[in-house]
Amino acid sequence: MDTGGTIPEPPAAPDERDRPRVGVDEWVAKVEERRETHRGLAGVAHRILRFVPPPARLALFVVVAATLPLWMGRGDLFAYGIFTLLYVLLGLGLNVVVGYAGLLDLGHIAFFGFGAYLYALLSSEQYGIHWPATATVPLVVAATALLGLLLGIPSRRLLGDYLAIVTLFFGQAFVFFVNAANPTVAGKGLTGGPNGIADIDPLSFFGYELASRKQQFYFLLLAVALILTGLHFLSESRTGRAWRALREDPLAAEAMSIPVNRLKLLAFAFGAAIAGFTGCIFASVLTAVTAGNFGIPLLITIYAIVILGGVGSLTGVVIGAIVINMSFQFLAPENPQDNARLLFYSLIILLLVLTIRPLWKLAAVFGGVVALGVVVERLVDALAPSWTGGVVVEGGRLAGAVGHWVIIPTGHGRFANVAYVSLVAAVLLLTRLRGNARIVALVPTIYLAAVVWETSFVEQPAVARWILFGALLVSLMTVRPQGLLGTPRVEIV
Amino acid sequence: MPPLLQLKEVRKSFGGLRVIDGLNLHVDEGEIVSLIGPNGAGKTTVFNLVTGIYAPDDGEIAFAGQSTAGLPPHKITRLGIARTFQTLRLFLNMTVKENVMAAAYGHTKATVVESMLRLPRARREEREIARMAEEKLGFFGQRLVGYRWDQPAYSLSYANRRRLEIARAMGSNPRLLLLDEPAAGMNPAETHEMTELIGRLRTDGGYTILVIEHDMHVVEGISDRVVALDHGVKIAEGSFEQVATNELVVEAYLGLKAAEAG
Repeated sequence: MDTGGTIPEPPAAPDERDRPRVGVDEWVAKVEERRETHRGLAGVAHRILRFVPPPARLALFVVVAATLPLWMGRGDLFAYGIFTLLYVLLGLGLNVVVGYAGLLDLGHIAFFGFGAYLYALLSSEQYGIHWPATATVPLVVAATALLGLLLGIPSRRLLGDYLAIVTLFFGQAFVFFVNAANPTVAGKGLTGGPNGIADIDPLSFFGYELASRKQQFYFLLLAVALILTGLHFLSESRTGRAWRALREDPLAAEAMSIPVNRLKLLAFAFGAAIAGFTGCIFASVLTAVTAGNFGIPLLITIYAIVILGGVGSLTGVVIGAIVINMSFQFLAPENPQDNARLLFYSLIILLLVLTIRPLWKLAAVFGGVVALGVVVERLVDALAPSWTGGVVVEGGRLAGAVGHWVIIPTGHGRFANVAYVSLVAAVLLLTRLRGNARIVALVPTIYLAAVVWETSFVEQPAVARWILFGALLVSLMTVRPQGLLGTPRVEIV
Repeated sequence: MPPLLQLKEVRKSFGGLRVIDGLNLHVDEGEIVSLIGPNGAGKTTVFNLVTGIYAPDDGEIAFAGQSTAGLPPHKITRLGIARTFQTLRLFLNMTVKENVMAAAYGHTKATVVESMLRLPRARREEREIARMAEEKLGFFGQRLVGYRWDQPAYSLSYANRRRLEIARAMGSNPRLLLLDEPAAGMNPAETHEMTELIGRLRTDGGYTILVIEHDMHVVEGISDRVVALDHGVKIAEGSFEQVATNELVVEAYLGLKAAEAG
């Protein structure tokens, strides 16, 4: 249809700084103001990244990743390389459902598990079936997509929280099914119960077996690159726009000729297909699957990746996966306790640097905390030596400094608990204070936190690691609520 | 030839509340018809019935001679009816151009696989709808072109959002445009511009238009025919002068005493 045909000469884009404020209402002006204030490190990185086009980003990522096997050992390549790429794939699948279509799917891990188990059944001694991956992988992907569709059909009319509950139930039902139900098929437990399925074949295409970690890594890297490219094209197509439109306003999308229900199903099936594909690789790389692999912790991890990277951003998913997997490996139980301690103190310093302005206040807090520690330690040492007689657990790079700064008592069993309760009280008090009072109160609170860390959490490394991981996420989200690479979304104007 | 849009004895109730009660309405090809009436008269409900958001309890709605009964809204839009929303329902976090391009979903055909691989048809369609979107946005003079194409919709001023709503509706290639209070909340200069724009939508764009409007200057300026509703019943129909002087209309707007006095 002819709408007058010609496009008028566009006016020159005004300079960001002296853009006329006429016609821009106050609220919008404030949004831009808030955006301007994102001057943190992540903000700087975001601005730099804006000038690198997506193809160049992908090329950079692939080139850097491709060098990993050259200088990493087998174990490291598995823990850092392969796992990061698996997390990337899982994040990409979830990003389609949550990021593009805006459907809060808490059962996503079940698709991953379904794919892994189906691959395991078709390529192990469980039933003596050993199909080549050339046949298995397409079959598993198709079956997982179908499962996504089946879950989508009853759920497509559910919104927000209700959808979350139904999909969460589905995820838990899957874990229950493979772990406890374990129906007997052909004289054998189908899913192997708590033992799972072991001795799974490696992926093999046309007689070529991906047996070594190096081969597996390069195959995964190729898959990630292809899927990233496909998803980038898809998000800039009619389908991607339709998904984003229905996330913004389903009724308006429907009125603008977009079949909302069909596109929701498509998003479910598409995300499930990617998860199913990831499941195949996961099962073949680990050579064993158990129900424990597909529980809530993994779901939280995947959501952390997508949210941390910035919901809806492909680059964000990749960076989120790298950050999360690195921090996991850094805090892994086989690594020394010193890592956790290093991260704990770095996090405190990072948070202070990011949140306290002007600089002299920051310096005052730092100086205050250090001085307080030294004075308290000396004082207590002089008055009652048994209160500082404890040994810094595990030693390591920071142990010497910490030993002369934090009071670690011996033989005062209740001390750790008292310190913990007072820390909670101090934090509560801190939230009630404003201005300079807050800055002053911060000094003893931080010192108290260090005392609690050195007396309680080092005794329970597993708990401390999860608390640290949580703290890492919370502090990152405080600095950049929209995620590292997300754009701040506006809901109601 | 049947009228482009025809409503016959349409009824709609919400619980015990009769919102539309036996409404007959038609819009001929190339016409601009205004729907007026006090708040709560059922004007927006007429739009919701025509676009399939509500199904009528009784009666018949036909577009270009074809009944729209049982069709979901997106299929009705594909037949050639597009609407704007009184309360502004833009895709706020998408860019201005994407808002218009999204509405082209109904008349593009590239499949998911074609889009992922950027096969020729997907590329050609993308080029076409990008050009189409620029053209539709160009309809509003310099208001929505140039650097504004790539700005998120939430960064637009109120009047520009109203314009973008119209551009987005045009993006679905309609024959009939339903405009729900296009001049609401605009200042006199902008209102005047909107009046001219609606005229141009017919002459240059070739659209048939059914418009809900409260501003009588706009209604007077654009309408071939005016239909007045009150409590879901058509109380007057005809030229602007006929309807504006109709006793029932004056009574509906100002009350019985004013009508008697006038």
